[in-house]
Amino acid sequence: MKLIFEKGKEGRGCEMLPESDVPVTAPSEKFLRKKELRLPQVSETEISRHYTQLMKRTFGVNNGFYPLGSCTMKYNPKVNDDMAKLPGFTEVHPLQPESTVQGCLEVLKKTEEALCEVTGMDAIDFQPAAGAHGEFAGLKLIWAYHQDRKDVKRTKIIVPDSAHGTNPASAAMAGFSVINIPSTKEGYVDLEELRKVVGEDTAGFMLTNPNTIGMFDENILEITRIVHEAGGLNYYDGANLNAIMGIARPGDMGFDVVHLNLHKTFSTPHGGGGPGSGPVGCKEQLIKYLPTPRIINKDGSLTFDSKSEVSIGRVKAFYGNFLVVVRALTYILTLGAEGLRKASENAVINANYMLHLLKDTFDIPFPGPCMHEFVISLEELKKEKGVSALDFAKTMLDYGNHPPTMYFPLIVHEALMVEPTETESIETLKEVAEIYKQIYDRAQKEPEALHLSPVTTVVGRPDEVAAARNPILRYQFK
Amino acid sequence: MGNYVPNTPGEQQEMLKELGVNDIRELFRAVPDQVYLNTPLKLAKGLSEFEVKRRMKQIAAKNTVFSSIFRGAGAYHHYIPSIVTQITSKEEFVTAYTPYQAEISQGILQSIFEYQTMICELTGMDVSNASVYDGATAAAEAVIMCKERKQRKALVSAAIHPQTIETIRTYCMGTDMEMLLIPLKDGRTDLEKLEEMLDSETSCVLLQQPNFFGQLEDCDAVGEILSGTEIKYILSCNPISLGLLKTPAEYGAHIAVGEGQPLGLPLSFGGPYLGFMATTEKLMRRLPGRIVGETKDHKGERTFVLTLQAREQHIRREKASSNICSNQALCAMTAAVYLDAMGQKGLAQAAQLSMSKAHYLAERLCELKEFSLAYEGDFFNEFVTDYQGDVDKLLTGLEERGILGGYPLGAGQLLWCATEMNTREEIDALLEAIKEVLGA
Amino acid sequence: MKEIFFTKTHEWVRFLTDTTARIGISDYAQDQLGDLVFVNLPEVGDEVTAGDEFADVESVKAVSNVYSPVTGTVRAVNEDLLDHPELINEDAYDAWFIEVEDIVDRAELLTQEEYDAMNA
Repeated sequence: MKLIFEKGKEGRGCEMLPESDVPVTAPSEKFLRKKELRLPQVSETEISRHYTQLMKRTFGVNNGFYPLGSCTMKYNPKVNDDMAKLPGFTEVHPLQPESTVQGCLEVLKKTEEALCEVTGMDAIDFQPAAGAHGEFAGLKLIWAYHQDRKDVKRTKIIVPDSAHGTNPASAAMAGFSVINIPSTKEGYVDLEELRKVVGEDTAGFMLTNPNTIGMFDENILEITRIVHEAGGLNYYDGANLNAIMGIARPGDMGFDVVHLNLHKTFSTPHGGGGPGSGPVGCKEQLIKYLPTPRIINKDGSLTFDSKSEVSIGRVKAFYGNFLVVVRALTYILTLGAEGLRKASENAVINANYMLHLLKDTFDIPFPGPCMHEFVISLEELKKEKGVSALDFAKTMLDYGNHPPTMYFPLIVHEALMVEPTETESIETLKEVAEIYKQIYDRAQKEPEALHLSPVTTVVGRPDEVAAARNPILRYQFK
Repeated sequence: MGNYVPNTPGEQQEMLKELGVNDIRELFRAVPDQVYLNTPLKLAKGLSEFEVKRRMKQIAAKNTVFSSIFRGAGAYHHYIPSIVTQITSKEEFVTAYTPYQAEISQGILQSIFEYQTMICELTGMDVSNASVYDGATAAAEAVIMCKERKQRKALVSAAIHPQTIETIRTYCMGTDMEMLLIPLKDGRTDLEKLEEMLDSETSCVLLQQPNFFGQLEDCDAVGEILSGTEIKYILSCNPISLGLLKTPAEYGAHIAVGEGQPLGLPLSFGGPYLGFMATTEKLMRRLPGRIVGETKDHKGERTFVLTLQAREQHIRREKASSNICSNQALCAMTAAVYLDAMGQKGLAQAAQLSMSKAHYLAERLCELKEFSLAYEGDFFNEFVTDYQGDVDKLLTGLEERGILGGYPLGAGQLLWCATEMNTREEIDALLEAIKEVLGA
Repeated sequence: MKEIFFTKTHEWVRFLTDTTARIGISDYAQDQLGDLVFVNLPEVGDEVTAGDEFADVESVKAVSNVYSPVTGTVRAVNEDLLDHPELINEDAYDAWFIEVEDIVDRAELLTQEEYDAMNA
């Protein structure tokens, strides 16, 4: 398909703006752009059709099952989007006087209160724009906490080897050094290893629980105690919160800092990669380090407060991805306490049910019960038939299915990580499980065919080596 | 109460039965009793869609939507063509994840590739990434990109957006990067001071064009000062201005960043916005975040794919150049559709209109003896006035008349902004309103 | 051609003199890593330490550290590899990464036979 730059004609375009109704003031010569600006010259019809074509080459949650492990691709309710389009939210300038943005502040405050209840934290801040950004902010809180206590030798963050790549990356970015610890063969935190590495230089410990193989760590209270006793803080990566809303709270498990992904757990859409929202939450003793401004109640109205002198400062301009928070609040108000718990329970039922449908065919290294996701290993298939997790995933595309997360967590070879979410029906789970089994059969009978998949998509497998060796990162005009 | 769970309670029970589970607690057996919640969360009962809409609309109604906006300061009220909103509301685009599976994600990938091309065209740079969170984080990421083993000082102009300065400060805090502010002189960066501050440990210099006070900086002079050194030159730009004003590349910049919100994104109380980042081919591998590249599939068809991924956190982990994962992809698409619809002519027109209206506004304001321009330099669509009067009273008076006046900077200064949205009629009405407030 | 030695971490080293050597990664290593798309190399003048990483190689989906077999100072880097990482896949023993001088220490080194036995 053509690029937009390859469409249209010289002189074509849309007329959007009026003539000037005031005298024209041109910039002085020294500030004038000399370089040609080559933007598309297209009619509105062409734009409309171009994007309709692109839309048809895109796969969203509305297109079908999207079991991307650790990404929680649940259905994105449409009412959320409608609410995020209310002019009362979209037409508000971020630097309006407080008295004129009481609605926006109420959205942030109400969502904060609700998320504090869900996580067991004492405060939540919405400035971080995505999960990794929330991790960065949360780790900065830990940094500020130790600094403030003059406990400056605490420079290390401990991360299990099953962690998302963002965890070590965020820790390094926040100025810490990273200690990776191996997991037990059951996939849990190895308590002995943890005890070995904690000490006077421990700033904190980061954990996703349920972890990245979809298991709730039954030693959670012992883990957080070990870290606390060593003087470190516990950081909860909320990527997998969808398993435990209303069932267990990170704050009760001994975590001091959390980040959430509103675009996972709280049903806001991913937009092809963003915008998300990665609010950071913490316990009472860390509130003063949160990014400023905070929103507080004062004399019956909501107001900004930037007084804290030990705050980590800003991690972003303004107050975060506000419209994403509007969507999340809409979702929380819709579900209420009972609905949130039901969502998590059903996420776990669906995952266990799908695991049950697949367990006789596939190697499932950590058998159930799982939480909201589980991991399949195709290591045997790779060894015996030469069919890799990649081949398997690409074949799923030919069945109109979005594949699970591939090659993650790193501790499982040829991993496929399946997260069905609560918004899929039993019929879908059965259908998809059948497809997985059919593909498995095909892998046994005609393994070579799987190397060639997908064959029904608009393009086949891309040559990623060529893409990386000779990067072409923009359109080259003829 | 909705919960978007298709399975009926009956089906759920059946599934549990098939799993050999009597009670759901058994599935959560790893959750210790001490933390397992037996009582419901203290949250309100769920609502029907009908009720939730009413509730959210009530909340939205507590905000004031100004009919006339003369405030910018990092968030700009520009015209958004209808097609922009329509296209970016398409469900596929809205609900897709990051395009990891290239074969079924060519739509998103191609749109990002087109966006990257447009950002390169706007800034004159060679390479763009697929977006970061906003203008402030783009600037902070750019500073971090410039870290060298022996050069770790970032000289940042005090004339850039104050929230960007705060963000860079947080990003540098506790790391081995240090931020130093270049002082102001007459509302612009003091270039003499800049020259004095340069030393062998300087890694980069960051300016904003036009700067926070609306003033046009002498970016050519900065380019000359830095030429022949290894010091990286970062320019943060208003993308609309680039329809008319010199590109970062023409000034000799190595990295161009900025807040992409003016390109078709509504004000939205500060977000979601769009951080754009572009650089030279030489620095390409230091760019943080996702990048889409062109390649071929096995049949030789042009195919787009996420590339240069070994820079990123999911592969490089603690050694990654940045931790960014999710970005602002849909906002990037919004900017791309906006630029398609505006074209070069439309963008230049938006820039020219904004500049002309701002100058008309400045002229009209200065007709009043209470107002005078704080700085003499050239400006684009924002400017600062000194006001001899009670700023609070003035702004409140304007608010009551549905007008959002200039942004108060303290000490009687106001930062005004005009765009193509402000008609002459509206500007004249502002003047009348000010006179009313002054007369009252 | 001078004799070639290997490390357990799959680098090769060829001594030009007692205190100078060229270093690269083994054919076995390039085969395991697959198509390489980029290398990050140190700069001339950098110190390298036996057993410590001095470079990394990128394939599409992975990055692997390269460890120095010797302690010394980098006197040359093979800049061809920056534009043509495929050279490593084509001939790993011709595609040297760095040349080191003033060598004062060596890691535990294996002969060709020992190295082949290790990978067998």
